[in-house]
Amino acid sequence: MNSSKPAGAKGLVAEVVRKQYFWGIIAIVLLLAVNVFKDPSYLAISISPTDGNLVGNLIDILRAAAPVLMIAVGMCLVVATGGIDLSVGSIMVVAGAVSMELLAGSNAPDSLGAAFIAIVVALAISGLLGAVNGVLVSVVGLQPFISTLVVMLAGRGLAKVITGGQNTSAVNEPFRWVANGYAIGIPVVFVLAVLITIAVGMLVRKSALGLMIEAIGMDAKAARLAGLNRRGLLMTAYISSGLLAGVAGIFATASVMTVDVSRTGYQLELDAILAVVIGGTSLAGGKFNITGAAIGAILIATLDKTVVFLGVSSSATPAFKAIVIVALCLLQSERVRALFRQRRIQRPTGTAATKKETVSA
Amino acid sequence: MTASVPIIEMKGISISFPGVKALDNVDFTLYPGEVHTLMGENGAGKSTLIKALTGVYAIDEGEIRVLGETRRLSGTADAQDAGISTVYQEVNLCSNLSIGENVMLGHETRGPFGINWKATHAAASEALQKLGLGHLDPRLPLSTLSLAVQQLVAISRSMVTKSKVLILDEPTSSLDAVEVEQLFRVMRNLRDQGVAILFVSHFLDQVYAISDRLTVLRNGQFVGEYMTAELDRSALISKMIGKDIASLRSLDSERARKDHPHDEAPVYAATGLSRRGSVEETDLQLHAGEVVGFAGLLGSGRTELARLIYGADKPDTGSVAMRGETVDVKNPAIALSKRIAFSSENRRDEGIIRDLSVRENLILGVQAKRGWARPLPRKEVEAIVSKYLVELGVRPADPDRPIRNLSGGNQQKVLLGRWLATKPEVLILDEPTRGIDVGAKADIQEQVAALADEGVAVVFISSELDEVVRLSDRIVVMKDHRKIAEIVNGPDVTAESIVTTIAEEGVTADSTPQGAHS
Repeated sequence: MNSSKPAGAKGLVAEVVRKQYFWGIIAIVLLLAVNVFKDPSYLAISISPTDGNLVGNLIDILRAAAPVLMIAVGMCLVVATGGIDLSVGSIMVVAGAVSMELLAGSNAPDSLGAAFIAIVVALAISGLLGAVNGVLVSVVGLQPFISTLVVMLAGRGLAKVITGGQNTSAVNEPFRWVANGYAIGIPVVFVLAVLITIAVGMLVRKSALGLMIEAIGMDAKAARLAGLNRRGLLMTAYISSGLLAGVAGIFATASVMTVDVSRTGYQLELDAILAVVIGGTSLAGGKFNITGAAIGAILIATLDKTVVFLGVSSSATPAFKAIVIVALCLLQSERVRALFRQRRIQRPTGTAATKKETVSA
Repeated sequence: MTASVPIIEMKGISISFPGVKALDNVDFTLYPGEVHTLMGENGAGKSTLIKALTGVYAIDEGEIRVLGETRRLSGTADAQDAGISTVYQEVNLCSNLSIGENVMLGHETRGPFGINWKATHAAASEALQKLGLGHLDPRLPLSTLSLAVQQLVAISRSMVTKSKVLILDEPTSSLDAVEVEQLFRVMRNLRDQGVAILFVSHFLDQVYAISDRLTVLRNGQFVGEYMTAELDRSALISKMIGKDIASLRSLDSERARKDHPHDEAPVYAATGLSRRGSVEETDLQLHAGEVVGFAGLLGSGRTELARLIYGADKPDTGSVAMRGETVDVKNPAIALSKRIAFSSENRRDEGIIRDLSVRENLILGVQAKRGWARPLPRKEVEAIVSKYLVELGVRPADPDRPIRNLSGGNQQKVLLGRWLATKPEVLILDEPTRGIDVGAKADIQEQVAALADEGVAVVFISSELDEVVRLSDRIVVMKDHRKIAEIVNGPDVTAESIVTTIAEEGVTADSTPQGAHS
C-alpha cells in the first residue's frame, strides 16, 4: 500500500487520510460544524467596508492560532529528540515582558527602530533561555522534564522581576501591527506564523537536521556511535524551541500591547504538547511531523474559540477541552479503531457501511 | 565425593525464548561437598541454567531432581524451600539495615514481645563466626562494610536458611586479590561442611584455584563435565570456544603474509592508551593495508580497546597519532572526522537505528561527517545506496524498507556499507560475522580482505579464532584487560597456538588469582 505512488488529487486525499493528523482535520471540521449548527452564519467572511480587510470567525481563529503554532513547531523538534520543553509558556511571558519594558522605556509610539530593538532583544533572551535548557539537558545530563521545569518556574519569576511585578503596557504602532495588522486582507500574524513554520519545515527537511534529530530520538546510543553530535543537535532543538516561544510571546503581547505576567503564555506548554501529539509525533521521540503539529495548533485554537462561542462557562472550559481531546486521542488509537472495525463487521447496517469507507481508506 | 548421592540432578534441560533456544538438552549434576564451576562464554547459557535452577525461568523440557526427588521449581521461594540459595554479583542486601538484621531477615528470634533483638544478634554473630567473620559487630550498619565483605555477609545469610546448595554467580568480578582469597577460604570452609557450591567466574586462574569439577556449556548446549585436575587450560578454552585441538591444529593461516614496509609511518599509533576498569595501558600501531586481529576471550578487553580507539569510550590516558600528527579522539564524531570507523559488536543497540530505512541507515555516517548543514545531494545518496546495496549484496535491495525488517546478516552488510561510505583509513569491525548465516559471513570476510588490499587498516575482532587467524596479518592477543602478545601471522600460527598463548600467560610467572582491579 505504501509503495504505490498516489496519483492526482484522489491520491493526495488518500495519503492525507492515512496520516495521523487526518483526525485532527476531522475534529476541526466537526467543531466548525457544531458552531454552524448554533449560528448558520458562523463561517461567513466579509470584507470590512472601512479598510478592505477580511473579518469573520475563521479569521479570528487563524489569528489566535499563531502563538500556539509557533510553540508547537518548537515543541515538535524537542519531542523528536526524545525530550520535552515545559518552559515555552514561561519563555513567552519573558519575551513579552522584555519587549513591553523596552517599548515603554523608549516611549516612541511610531518608531520602527524601537519595535525592531524590542523584537531582537526579546528573541535573544528567549534563545538564551532555550540554550539554558539545552545545556542542562545535553551537557549536565539532567532529564529534559526536570531541566525545562526549572526554566519554566524561573522564567515566570524572571518576567515578574523584569516588569517589577506590574502588567506593563506600551504604545508602539509598528509592534502592534505585528499582531493586529493585515497583509492583503489576511492577518499579518498568521501569515508570519505560517511563513516561519514553512521555513523551519524546509530547514529541517532540506538539510540533514531532521534525519539527525530523528536518529538521536530513536536510538541515542547508536546515533552517537554513528558519529552524530548529540550535544549539538540537542542544543539546536532547545534553542529553536526557545526562539519560537519568543516569537509566540511577541505575538501574544503585541495583540493587546500589554504583558500579563501571570497569564501570558500560562499553561500554553500543555497546548503545544497536545498539538504535537495530535499531529502524530510520538512523545517517545523519533519520527516527527511538523505539518501535523501545525494542524494540531489550529485545532487547539478552534477549540478555544468554540468554547467561547458556545458560551461554555469559564469554569467548565478545561473539562470541555479535555473531553474533545480524549475523544480525538481515542479516534487516533489503533486499538480503539480496530475495536470499532470489528463491531462494524459483525453488524453491517446501512449507516455503518458508509462510514466504514472513511475508516478503512 | 562422587560416591555420594547427587544433591542436584538436572537432566535434558531445554529453555526457549522467542527466536532462540537458550538451553538445549543440558545436563548438570551437583554433589554435596564440592565446588562445581559452570564454564562458557557470554551467551553460552550459564545464567539461564542458574535461573532454571533457582526457579526464575520455567523449563520447557527435562527434569530437576533435588536429592533424587523430582521437583518443579516455579519460583525463587520454591528454590529456597529446596535449600538452594544464590548470591549474585550485585549484592542483594539492605544497606541501611544492620549487619545482623541482614543476616537474620525473616528468621529473627521471636520472644513474647515481638523480636528478641539480643538473641537475634547473637544468632547472627554465630552465623558469621562459622564463616570466619566473628570479628564483625552485627549491630553496625551494613553500609560500613566493603563490597567484598558484604558478599560474605550475603553468604552467611544464605547459610542461616540452612541452604544445602549455594550458587555464586561471578562473585569475584569486583574483588581484589586479597578479597578473592578471603572468599575462597569461606568457600572451602563451606565445602568441607558438605555444602554444594555452584561457582561462575570468567577468571581461569580462579577457576583452577577453587573448583573440583567443571561443566562446560557452549551456545546453550552441554559440552561436557570434567574433573578440573584432569583438564588443562588450553583444552578447556578449546571446549569453550568449540574447536577441538586436532581441528585447531589443522587450521593454517590462509592469508598470504605480505611484506609491510614497517619503517613507513603507521596510519594509527597509540601509546599508553588506557581506561580504568576496562583496558590497561596499551600500545598499538596499525599500518595501511594490514588486517590486525584482536584475539582473546570475551571480557578480555578486546572490545574495550576497540572502543577506546574510536572514542566510543573516552580514554583516561594515552596519546594517539595518525600519520604522525597528534589527535585527541575523545568521541566518535572526532574519530569519524579523522577517518576512523567502528562497527560495534552490539548490532541491534549500537549499530542500526531500527526505525530508519535502509537508505537512511546507510548514509548516516557520511552525513554525520559532513554535518547537518551540508545535506548529501540526492544524486550522491542514490549513488551510495546503489553502490553498497549491490557491492555487498544486501537482500532485499530495497532502500525504503525499515532496516528492522532485514535479517541480521543483511543489517550487518548495511552497517558495513555505512562505514565504507565514510572512506575510512582505519576500520574496526567488532564481531562483524556473529549470528549471521554462512553466506553473509563469507561475503563479509571477502570484503575485509579486499579492503586491506585497497590500503585500509582493518582491525578484525571475532570470537572465532580460526576466522581471526585466517584473515589477519598480525594478531593482538588480549587477556584480563591487557595486551599479552602481538603475533605476526605465519604458517606456525594457528588457533591452537593462540589458545596456548592465552592459557599459559601468567601461569608460570604469577599464579595468584587476578582480580579485576589488579
